[in-house]
Amino acid sequence: MFADYSMSELGAIFAMQGFAGLILFSVFVLMALGLAIIFGQMGVINMAHGEFMILGAYVTYIMSNIFADYMPALFGMYFFVAMIFAFLASGALGLFVEWALIRHLYKRPLDTLLATWGLSLILQQIYRSVFGAREVGVSIPDWMMGSLPLTDMIEVPINGIFVMILAVTISFGVWIMMYRSKWGKQVRAINQNRVMADAVGINTAWTDRLTFGIGCGVAGVAGSAFTMIGSTGPTAGQLYIVDTFLVVVFGGAGSLLGTIASAFSISQAQSIMEFFLSGSMAKVLTLLTVVGILMIRPQGLFTLKLRK
Amino acid sequence: MSEENSTPKSNGVSRRAVLAGGTALTASLFMPKGLKASDFPTSAVNTTGLAVTDDTVTIGILHSVTGTMAISETGSVQAEKLAIEQINAQGGILGRKIEYIQEDGASDWPTFAEKARKLLVNDKVASVMGCWTSASRKAVLPVFEQHNGFLYYPTFYEGLEQSPNVIYTGQEATQQIIAGLDWVNQTKGAKSFYLLGSDYIWPRTSNKIARKHIENFMDGCEVVGEEYYPLGHTQFNSVINKIRLRKPDVIYAIVVGGSNVAFYKQLKAAGIDLTEEAPLLLTISVTEDEIRGIGGENIEGAYACMKYFQSLDNPNNIEFVKAFKEMWGDDMVIGDVTQAAYLGPWLWKAAVEAAGSFDVDKVRAASPGIELTTAPEGYVKVHENHHLWSKTRVGRAQADGQYEVVFETAELVEPNPFPEGYQ
Amino acid sequence: MKSTFLSRSELIGFAILALIIFIALPMALDSFRLNLFGKYLTYAFVAVGLVLCWGAGGILSLGQGVFFGLGGYCMAMFLKLEASTPENTSIQSTPGIPDFMDWNQLTELPIWWQPFHSLAFSLFAVVAVPVFFAFIIGVAMFKRRVGGVYFAIITQAFAAILTILIIGQQGYTGGVNGITDLRTLLGWDIRTDEAKEVLYFVNGALLFVVLFIAQFVRKSKLGRLLIAMRDQEDRVRFSGYDVAGFKIFIFCLGAAFAGIGGAMFTLQVGFMSPTLVGIVPSIEMVIFCAVGGRLSILGAVYGALLVNWAKTSFSESFPELWLLGLGGLFIAVVMLFPNGLAGIWSQHIEPRLKALFAPRGAPKSASQSTPAE
Repeated sequence: MFADYSMSELGAIFAMQGFAGLILFSVFVLMALGLAIIFGQMGVINMAHGEFMILGAYVTYIMSNIFADYMPALFGMYFFVAMIFAFLASGALGLFVEWALIRHLYKRPLDTLLATWGLSLILQQIYRSVFGAREVGVSIPDWMMGSLPLTDMIEVPINGIFVMILAVTISFGVWIMMYRSKWGKQVRAINQNRVMADAVGINTAWTDRLTFGIGCGVAGVAGSAFTMIGSTGPTAGQLYIVDTFLVVVFGGAGSLLGTIASAFSISQAQSIMEFFLSGSMAKVLTLLTVVGILMIRPQGLFTLKLRK
Repeated sequence: MSEENSTPKSNGVSRRAVLAGGTALTASLFMPKGLKASDFPTSAVNTTGLAVTDDTVTIGILHSVTGTMAISETGSVQAEKLAIEQINAQGGILGRKIEYIQEDGASDWPTFAEKARKLLVNDKVASVMGCWTSASRKAVLPVFEQHNGFLYYPTFYEGLEQSPNVIYTGQEATQQIIAGLDWVNQTKGAKSFYLLGSDYIWPRTSNKIARKHIENFMDGCEVVGEEYYPLGHTQFNSVINKIRLRKPDVIYAIVVGGSNVAFYKQLKAAGIDLTEEAPLLLTISVTEDEIRGIGGENIEGAYACMKYFQSLDNPNNIEFVKAFKEMWGDDMVIGDVTQAAYLGPWLWKAAVEAAGSFDVDKVRAASPGIELTTAPEGYVKVHENHHLWSKTRVGRAQADGQYEVVFETAELVEPNPFPEGYQ
Repeated sequence: MKSTFLSRSELIGFAILALIIFIALPMALDSFRLNLFGKYLTYAFVAVGLVLCWGAGGILSLGQGVFFGLGGYCMAMFLKLEASTPENTSIQSTPGIPDFMDWNQLTELPIWWQPFHSLAFSLFAVVAVPVFFAFIIGVAMFKRRVGGVYFAIITQAFAAILTILIIGQQGYTGGVNGITDLRTLLGWDIRTDEAKEVLYFVNGALLFVVLFIAQFVRKSKLGRLLIAMRDQEDRVRFSGYDVAGFKIFIFCLGAAFAGIGGAMFTLQVGFMSPTLVGIVPSIEMVIFCAVGGRLSILGAVYGALLVNWAKTSFSESFPELWLLGLGGLFIAVVMLFPNGLAGIWSQHIEPRLKALFAPRGAPKSASQSTPAE
């Protein structure tokens, strides 16, 4: 397949393909981080994760319209404002959902799955009633669409770089919160032993709510970022669910590093196979490999040692 | 030649008689507005127990208003309701107002079959406007054939089907594909093609026809890649790199749904500017409807090949676009399928009036040869094989989300759902 | 604890269900609605299997659609071959093979389609193929003590994989359209109203067979072990039982039920498509079970009927809003009635009925004091 090409061409293509893999990696990290916090730390299966992401995307859509109508001069910068609002909106909805639904179900993890599935149906219908069944077109500032020519032949998409920077920033932010803040210490303490954590005076109820809210907020930011590369519609959130859960489970619940490592390996595998095989087969093989490895090593790549 | 010679002669013989005859013919074909239902007693126009009363006739609308396909099917529902309203404003069909029962297929094929059965068996509708995906049509087809219903199906599709119970108002694959390929080859000098699609029957069959045409009927042309991605796939960077590597003259893209948005956004972000036409992109799956989600600036410069664009400049279309926006709002856009859906009720009206009956068998018998001069796309005619004769056009996407029509076949293209040499 | 097969109240429950399925529904509904309820009842097979796996065994599978689909596809392959006689398919370039194969340039029937010419083999495959896959998944997962949410998510991934595979291999599977236009079963036209009524009763009878098997399992030692495993898996293991073996068995049994349901679905609806295999239908099937009550096999049947009936009638009356109602129903069931309809019955209605009839001196049934109920 490569006989007809010169070395420099091949080099350029492989460089760009490596980059494509990194972009996919960043996308997976963004998708999975919010879930890793919620599922990993709280054991809650949030089937409405995709809908929280799409809320962020819709917030971005609204902000782009507001900026275009009232502050066209600042349009180039609106995306940053939109991401903050996306975080707040999804986070606030997350806090509410935790208060109304999730907190009653901590003892029944599989039931949260059903309740959040119901929630996802409701959210989809609300999006459809408010924004219409069609996808909305989110206009992206010009400077974010386009590519950066590194050499004559290697071109790198700017939105890809943006997604990568965002993924790194958010991962770092989450790491700081989880491992360097008081809140993070409390979350981990609750994860390891809820009763003891309660006994030593941690406000477990509030910590849970905040954790869920932050996880949802991160999902909102991811959704906001994905308006650059994907579609924004009422049912777009469902596209992400399986990938997201697999990344988290493959990484080993409860381990942030594991989530990142698993996002990296899955994205590289998929990206390489997509290049050498056809798209659908690549997807099937990636999923099968992940599931196969999970069968051999069910606890995922990285795990915390826990006492039951 | 002989006809031309004979025309003035007959004109000369009895001009008045010809004129009178012409008027009578028009009257019988187009049914003046003042027509009363009492001229067509229900017992005579409805011998098979359909939902026809002395002043109404009930039809079904069967599309997805929920689920993933709602995005695409909304436009069709709107167009069908507009056509029904307009027909009613003109006095209905055989003096009867059209009423409709709308059912939701919920993007789920068994639900489509269930609702189709409900419409035909419980509601006894006289005809159904509906379905969008091939899968939903395949699911309802046995139901329509068993209960002898009559379906108007609006989507361009892969062909390979010809049911006595369906009128296909969209183009079948060869109608849509071949003219476009010939056009890029002849006017743009394109020689190499990269075929890309979502992974299901329509893109696969269409690409198969495209490949046969490129390899067997276009001199010196070749297919340099062919690839499919699962429905809903959102990461196209790998395939974009492959396209860069193969350097095709044309990317032939049949990506659908949410994947569309991702594909064009990532194509643009990867630095492939479609306005430069290197490579040129030709699609048969992106209508004005889809561009709304993709964003005009992301697909500017791409070519699309289909039978209708909202920007078509003819009186019928200007009227239609105006009426559609009045009914559904100024920000509406109209795509190929929406227009084809709009034809459904009108074609049915013409067939019913030609048959003088709502009975499905009589409407079916009257259908071939039915023509519509008022179609927004221009003139269409129903072929013996239940598809439409129609022109094929190529449009170039503009930043404002509309297509500029750059090519139109001189003649109506004959529908050929079972093309010899392409299977 | 006394281990009779059916206690008195359970006997009444079975009798009422039989009355509803075999007498009340056929008398009250026209042929179209009856066929719809027949379709709903096929989901009940899956829901009953889920009661055993999830309610009793604590194994939540989000991939039951896979088994339902495999069973349905096995049946559909047989029917499709029967429908694709050389006479019926004479316009094809290769007559005698299914139409979608012809569209995809296959010129002969793939080898693995060949056995499906035989009805006996097909009926065997309807059960065997799902069980085979369930066995492989079960061995791989349960031997390594994967459970809970992990198991749920991995089975969900299987549903995604199978869907993509079926859609991608359209020359062999019919792709996203599925296998459509099925006509006759050994020459008997399954599309007529009479046939649909007959199939409805066959379906009902099979459902009762499945219900009796499920009841038998629950009343056996295995059933009690399952509940023990759900509540304290380690203790069962320490007591010397092969926990994984029991789990594999019950998972396979659930898969077999689902396969039968799928086959009956194909027969009654007239086609099979990948939309019944994927993640969404798989989760919906769990929800039928949850609404009915995850501990009650009869409740599962009512759950499947009720949710689907609600879905149909919601979408007929308020096509644009039915998701709201459906979503609300799921949340309400989980939040307010965790044991579903069966829970409402046993906690609120049954005691009152008992109180009402108590003066007549009916003896208390043994099962009433069973703690797990």
